[in-house]
Amino acid sequence: MTTEQATETAQRPHPALWGVLYRSSTPFWEAVRRHELSLQRCAECGRWLFPPRPMCPDCRCAESEWVPVSGRGTVHSWVTYDESPHPAFAAPYSVLLVELEEGARLVSNPVDIAPDELEIGMPVRVVFRDEGDDFTVFLFERATPDAQEEPASAQ
Amino acid sequence: MAWNKVAVIGAGLLKFGELFDKSYEQMAAEAFQAAIGSVDKGFDPAMVEAAFVSTQRGTLWGQEGIAGNTVPSAIGLAGIACTRIENACPSGSDAFRVGAMAVASGVHDVVLVIGVEKMRDKSSDEGLLARAASGHPVYTRGESAPVLFAPFATRHMHEFGTTREMLASVAVKNHYNGARDPYAHFRNEITIEDVLSAPPVCHPLGLLDCCPQTDGAAAALLAPADRAVEFTDRPVYIAGFGVATDHPYLHEKASFVGLPATTAASQRAYEMAGIGPGDIDMAEVHDCFTITEILDIEDLGFCEKGKGGVMSIEGDTALSGRLPVNTSGGLLAKGHPIGATGIAQLTECWWQLREDAGERQVRLEQGFALQHNVGGRGSGVSVVNILTRNER
Ligand SMILES: [Zn+2]
Repeated sequence: MTTEQATETAQRPHPALWGVLYRSSTPFWEAVRRHELSLQRCAECGRWLFPPRPMCPDCRCAESEWVPVSGRGTVHSWVTYDESPHPAFAAPYSVLLVELEEGARLVSNPVDIAPDELEIGMPVRVVFRDEGDDFTVFLFERATPDAQEEPASAQ
Repeated sequence: MAWNKVAVIGAGLLKFGELFDKSYEQMAAEAFQAAIGSVDKGFDPAMVEAAFVSTQRGTLWGQEGIAGNTVPSAIGLAGIACTRIENACPSGSDAFRVGAMAVASGVHDVVLVIGVEKMRDKSSDEGLLARAASGHPVYTRGESAPVLFAPFATRHMHEFGTTREMLASVAVKNHYNGARDPYAHFRNEITIEDVLSAPPVCHPLGLLDCCPQTDGAAAALLAPADRAVEFTDRPVYIAGFGVATDHPYLHEKASFVGLPATTAASQRAYEMAGIGPGDIDMAEVHDCFTITEILDIEDLGFCEKGKGGVMSIEGDTALSGRLPVNTSGGLLAKGHPIGATGIAQLTECWWQLREDAGERQVRLEQGFALQHNVGGRGSGVSVVNILTRNER
């Protein structure tokens, strides 16, 4: 498949499958709405808490802070769906497990990267795409290994 | 550890497959009858004091969510103590573990553990649709089972040079075994080429890297070891068991080349049994996908981390190999009716330890067999049970 086709099938989630502001994850999605990436971190031991939660699983501290992160990282692993699990997702499409420079890992779809171009270790950076008036998703695009630019917005 | 020793006095299952003509209750009754029929000196069903019923997807199909009170009535045991156990893919093996604890504690003498699962009565589309819209509202939408394991395959291939052929060799071996198991869903042999040329499902996994959706039921009868002679002269004993959990979401798995819940559960079971992985004569492990069996045999300590693919393709896990794995055909060929899977695996171990496994019979040396499941969100829970024919 060409990069152009991959872009065309890049996911535009069915509204029923959009992320829902969900109690402890609300600050994460509010930051994404502002086109910023911010993660919860344990105030005691510094462990990243993603998905967000009320207590640190390592030191059991109940205090945490929200910390802006770079959005730059590398592909730790990925999958390409050859069969769609839901009509809202047109196969084939890929899902990346991205390890950020800061060490936390996030899961989302690639933008402008065809399935046969993906490889472990590929540098990527976050991009944001507004979905309607009230929701924004975060995605990952290819980056150069030493890219220092600020996270961009996808059209 | 102070616990009363427990014997497995009977076990059985019905042939796995697409059982559209059998109701949930009918499958439960047939599995129970199979277990009763397997008791060498006969068994009066009225002896059952308590039962643990495992059904995983209970709420999707009807009244199975309250199987703790519907199943005893359906199989002639109304009045007994009965509880439904749900613990993801290890539901059946966990029901067995809980039943064993009920006997080991001295609270109950004769206990039935029974697993029943209807996977095929609703269409795949309905099932998949339901799954895609279920789970955590943010982190798991649109997720399917293969996507929980495919990133492990990609990473294992990257770090250790594991090949598609090595993955395929697991499916080839388990179909070979399944062809020799009258209870298996699929009883056909396949080749490496068949696996490599099967339709892709979720890169790098193809159709034959994935277990099928299967209906089935299985049951086992437990009693105190010192009463085993009332039922059989060839008892099998429970040597140890363990359960362990891990972080559920892929975002924070410590590694994508192993499942820590499996390692922890097996270490607890080995410690309880007073043995190590080298004492195991055969194992039934959780091969929901080919990569999973490779992770399992490493995490259970049967080979060094990273060597599972080589161990598989070199035949060490075949019926005639150093450590036969999934002699029943495994989830890949026998099938994976979730609530029944663990108890069916334990039935195969029971047959093997009694040397009743026919052309699948393995050579017994130390007299221990291991059963393993792993599952749930991001393989967040694992159960290991170890059986032995040695006097306890
Ligand atoms: Zn902490």
